[in-house]
Amino acid sequence: MKVHVHVSLKPGVLDPQGRAIHHALEGLGFIGVNDVRAGRLIELDVADDTSDAALDDMCRKLLANMVIENYRIEKVAA
Amino acid sequence: MSLRCAVITFPGSNCDRDMAVALEAVSGTPAIRVWHGDATLPERLDFIALPGGFSYGDYLRCGAIASRSPVMRAVIEAAGRGVPVLGVCNGFQVLTESGLLPGALMRNAAQNFICRTVGLKVENSQSIFTGGYAQGQEIVIPVAHHDGNYFADDATLDRLEGEGRVAFRYTSPVNGSQRDIAGILNDAGNVLGMMPHPERAMEDAHGSADGRALFANAIESLVNA
Repeated sequence: MKVHVHVSLKPGVLDPQGRAIHHALEGLGFIGVNDVRAGRLIELDVADDTSDAALDDMCRKLLANMVIENYRIEKVAA
Repeated sequence: MSLRCAVITFPGSNCDRDMAVALEAVSGTPAIRVWHGDATLPERLDFIALPGGFSYGDYLRCGAIASRSPVMRAVIEAAGRGVPVLGVCNGFQVLTESGLLPGALMRNAAQNFICRTVGLKVENSQSIFTGGYAQGQEIVIPVAHHDGNYFADDATLDRLEGEGRVAFRYTSPVNGSQRDIAGILNDAGNVLGMMPHPERAMEDAHGSADGRALFANAIESLVNA
């Protein structure tokens, strides 16, 4: 089973990387970009019987830092 | 009785030798070098240091992989028993990732790697690590990091300040840290994480000897305990 874990900074947490990307986009002449937030996509290939609880546990224990990040689990059709 | 101080080395640690030299300089005994893959720590440790560097290439998040390595379970257990644990730079990141200290260390607000000497104000001179300084004393210690931007929510910051757990504050903004926090203590006071490198300020030839009092006081406290 393919699983995508999307990790993003919590709202309100300053994102220096997103700000730098925003600045670079503006430097390239793109207008109308209101905000940029950079996150991380982690692709997992796990046993088909992996439970939702186990996936959740992986996110909380390692893949995301719950102090500053949120995560979203997406099961991807093979 | 000689003290047993350990320095943990992770793949990518690069200040471990400096840390060991600093500990030996004040204790007179060579530090015990511990490899990250060891599931157990040497027995009867008096002091544990987590050095700076880029453990695991900063993969995933700074300190994230190191904080889940086998030896860290033993470090967490030792910290719970009251063994003093000092984490510097990447060591501080490992401590927050492991949950021994609250908050997180994010990319510097200006995105740049900062390598220079900074001023620190000693906010708590009561701990085993900071007892060699006067309350409010200003000291000079180098920083060298890309991810030293301390973040915690306001409730956590208020609690840290209210409980006197901010050990050091930058005298002027350095990296975007909330409330200019440079180092914090756990609630029992036996775990200190700090971004500046006291082991790089051990003698005048380093440009500052202000870091020496941190190690000297910790070792002296342990000897007299």
